[in-house]
Amino acid sequence: MPVFSGTDLTCLRGDRLVFTGLDFRVESGGALLLLGPNGSGKSSLLRVMAGLLRPFRGRLAWDDAASEDDDQHGGRIHYVGHLDAVKPVLTALENLSFWASLGGAADPAGAAMAALERLGVPHIAGVPGRYLSAGQKRRLTLARVLAAPAPLWLLDEPTVALDRAAVRLLEGILAEHRAGGGMVALSTHADIALPGAAELHLDHFAPATGDDVDLDSDANGDGEAAA
Amino acid sequence: MKGFLRLVARDLRLALRQGSDATIAVMFFVLCVVLFPFGVGPEANILARIAAGVIWVAALLASLLSLERLFLTDYEDGSLELLALSRIPMEAVVLAKTLAHWLVTGVPLIVAAPILALLLNMEAAGFGVLVLALAIGTPALSLIGSIGAALTLGARRGGVLLSLLILPLYIPVLIFGAGAIDAALNALSPRPHLLLLAGLLAAALPLAPLAGAAALRQALE
Repeated sequence: MPVFSGTDLTCLRGDRLVFTGLDFRVESGGALLLLGPNGSGKSSLLRVMAGLLRPFRGRLAWDDAASEDDDQHGGRIHYVGHLDAVKPVLTALENLSFWASLGGAADPAGAAMAALERLGVPHIAGVPGRYLSAGQKRRLTLARVLAAPAPLWLLDEPTVALDRAAVRLLEGILAEHRAGGGMVALSTHADIALPGAAELHLDHFAPATGDDVDLDSDANGDGEAAA
Repeated sequence: MKGFLRLVARDLRLALRQGSDATIAVMFFVLCVVLFPFGVGPEANILARIAAGVIWVAALLASLLSLERLFLTDYEDGSLELLALSRIPMEAVVLAKTLAHWLVTGVPLIVAAPILALLLNMEAAGFGVLVLALAIGTPALSLIGSIGAALTLGARRGGVLLSLLILPLYIPVLIFGAGAIDAALNALSPRPHLLLLAGLLAAALPLAPLAGAAALRQALE
């Protein structure tokens, strides 16, 4: 049962302290919901979790082994940021198969097509990226996490540009992933149903409130699904 | 290795679909060389004398032209972040993208060079060496350029900065590349020049991806 945790994390962007003294812990089947106003460091925290950003202080651990300098860490996560990474001249299927093959999918084209179907957009498979709408691009980006397996999903505002039906679809996919023992950390301003998710309020770790802030939730979650 | 080849294949496919980078580099190369007869006059002897240098300088500039976009599009659309998180080491990402860049922009230069040499009235004795020197030299140009492209990522007016950073580093390639052709035209052996050029390539091959990868990691922070 993998556990992903961070202890006493401090994030510095430029010369601005974004958050400090932050702890979190996600277990297999668990979910972490990052909340907070704009600029409170939700995206920064997800980038720290992904290993794209080095924490100024503190430690990230996967099963109690430090994950920062671990080359394997990238293979354990799917990171969906604000950018879609969709190439305008490649078709949706080509875009997706490329990432699926890099993610280690056995049959990239098959996995990519299945993922597009799961997100309800099999008809865009042959459409070049430049003709996709914002919502379709978003679905294509989210299909990336399904096209190749990884235990930890880091989703930065995944619901942006999605319609209601797609949000429901995403909720189902997240529940399925967690039921299979996966972990999710996501930031959002919209309503998204994540039963049993631990909430992490980023504004509680703003530097003005000092270093010795208590955690308002122990980021553990009581909604552990059967693995 | 599989991921490396997939990345090369994707970049080649992107370049072929867009088509602009490859054609712009080679068109620029041709136009740049064609300007010289207008500038220095149509005297055949002078043109033949300066042909090697002109072709090499034009090749340097043409290679520089498309370098700015080497990592830029991937950086802007978020692909570079995902590549950094993928199983491919960052050094291999740099090498794969540089290889694709060379195949798309460097190889057409090598093909076009003999025609331009003919245009500048270069003696036929130099043609073989010209192609050989470009075949060894242009990959070195792409590799050295990739360091600059990675370093200037995210900088405003990165293209101008890139030229200032990289052109001085291109000088050794220019000296030995043009020197090899001059040697062949003067009935000397071009071998030492070509070996030194190959030495530059051999040094750039491991060093440029290391430096480029470090710069990309910095840019992504």
